[in-house]
Amino acid sequence: MGKTIIPIGPYHPLLEEPELFTLTVDGETVVDIDMRMGYNHRGIEKLSEGLVFDNSTFVVERICGICSTSHPWAFTRAVEDIFPMEVSMRAKYIRTIIAEGERIHSHLLWLGLAGHFLGYNTVYMWAWKLREEILDVMEILSGNRNSYAMFKPGGVRRDIKAEDIPICLKKIDSIVPTLIMIKKAVLDDPVLHARLKGVGVLSYQDAIDFSALGPTSRASGVARDVRKDSPYGAYQEMDWNMIVTQNGDVLDKAVVRILEMIEAINIMKYCLENLPDGEIDACIKDVPPGEGIGHIEAPRGETFHYVKSDGTNRPVRHKVRAPTFMNLPTYKATVIGQTISDATIILAAIDPCYCCTERVAVKNDGGKMLYNGQDLVRLSQEKTERMRRRMGVK
Amino acid sequence: MTREEVLQDIRERFGEDILEFLDKISTRVYIDIKAESIVRMCLYLFRNLGARFQTASGTDMPPHIEILYHFIIEDINLVISLRVWLNRENPEIASLAKEIEAFNWIEREISELLGVTFTGHPDPRRLLLADNWPECVYPLRQDYEEWDETADRTRGV
Repeated sequence: MGKTIIPIGPYHPLLEEPELFTLTVDGETVVDIDMRMGYNHRGIEKLSEGLVFDNSTFVVERICGICSTSHPWAFTRAVEDIFPMEVSMRAKYIRTIIAEGERIHSHLLWLGLAGHFLGYNTVYMWAWKLREEILDVMEILSGNRNSYAMFKPGGVRRDIKAEDIPICLKKIDSIVPTLIMIKKAVLDDPVLHARLKGVGVLSYQDAIDFSALGPTSRASGVARDVRKDSPYGAYQEMDWNMIVTQNGDVLDKAVVRILEMIEAINIMKYCLENLPDGEIDACIKDVPPGEGIGHIEAPRGETFHYVKSDGTNRPVRHKVRAPTFMNLPTYKATVIGQTISDATIILAAIDPCYCCTERVAVKNDGGKMLYNGQDLVRLSQEKTERMRRRMGVK
Repeated sequence: MTREEVLQDIRERFGEDILEFLDKISTRVYIDIKAESIVRMCLYLFRNLGARFQTASGTDMPPHIEILYHFIIEDINLVISLRVWLNRENPEIASLAKEIEAFNWIEREISELLGVTFTGHPDPRRLLLADNWPECVYPLRQDYEEWDETADRTRGV
């Protein structure tokens, strides 16, 4: 039987990162994969070279709508590394609070979509409902539900008011019981175990070779987290656990993210309760010539920024490397040998911009369209349904 | 190994290859090396010292093109950046992509944005730029000029 080429992508209005995945399938099994990106290359590195350091912070904030804290933080750390200088403790705490809030809402967003792909629309509804609570907290703290504009080289732009803290703590506490319920519902579900266990395994060695980052690597037993390895912000101030699992399959990636949310809630609460007094901004006047590296742990893994300055008020070179840049190639290692109905969830497990999977077309030689994006999600949901029936679970 | 032992080890093993050694702060070290040493030094850092490859960053600095390979050794919290200088007229350096998968995409990116040839790259296609982008026009070079007359690149700032 001949092989069939399945293009996934590239464009959809919802996409953050339009990409084209060309899957070569033999029957139901994926035998080869090719990835193409760059459909929406915005030239942000070039753009940043023409901007003053303060304005670059806003531009990098717009690299990703979900990681709108990670990029500014990595960038401000890179600028501060040129001196090098440390920001005040209060600024560090505020930065940590915003970053952990972002981690929680990003992981909830992922959990909801993963649930949708698998035909668990209740998980989808619950996760996104919880996400609203966190977005409300972020709005109280920063004035925005997203793109918080809190960061600037030398500190933060906006202070947290003492009277807001109890309201935020109450809201955060209110989501914990539901989150624990979702955790139990997902982790103890026999169908999900059967559906996700052993699917799309990224081996320990592959995680090392691809230099995979964040939850993608931690699910494969690679204990790698910038927050622990190169402590920054307020992360050394409290006890928290790095979540590492060993199997590298889709289930483990979900487990890592769900448990990480609970850690993130604890970190956020600790910081809000123990917010030290002090200045929030060091008021940097001039950036000396030199170069700096800033790297921080975004929800998806390490975000890396490199800034070179020549002593003027604009960077000479600003290099940005987002975590998906390192994680996406691992799709090559995880999808080959798997079936098409698992291709969507394996891709989603990396937490790239899963919206890619919404615009999928399967073509045969005559060019007639057999499946579109909804059909692929349906294939995935039907597989869960079949397993559910076989296992006698309602 | 401690931080000092790692740095001593690199100094002794690659004394011939190192041009300059800058110990900036406790977590950052910049090492200028000869371009022909890049493969063996990167492989040693990655395979023997257990460093993770973070990324590479290229900068056009006439008359050179500078490439920095950033590694981190997580156990000792040390970022090691290997710097090579290439001739801007004919920038060429050996590829590491066939040895280590993590170098694959970033080498493709530097190659199209700065015009550096990575010899022996298994898949030297474009990564980011559009198909209609002309050959030999490199957007991150200092002398880049707008080639598309229909493009509107006003920045609004």
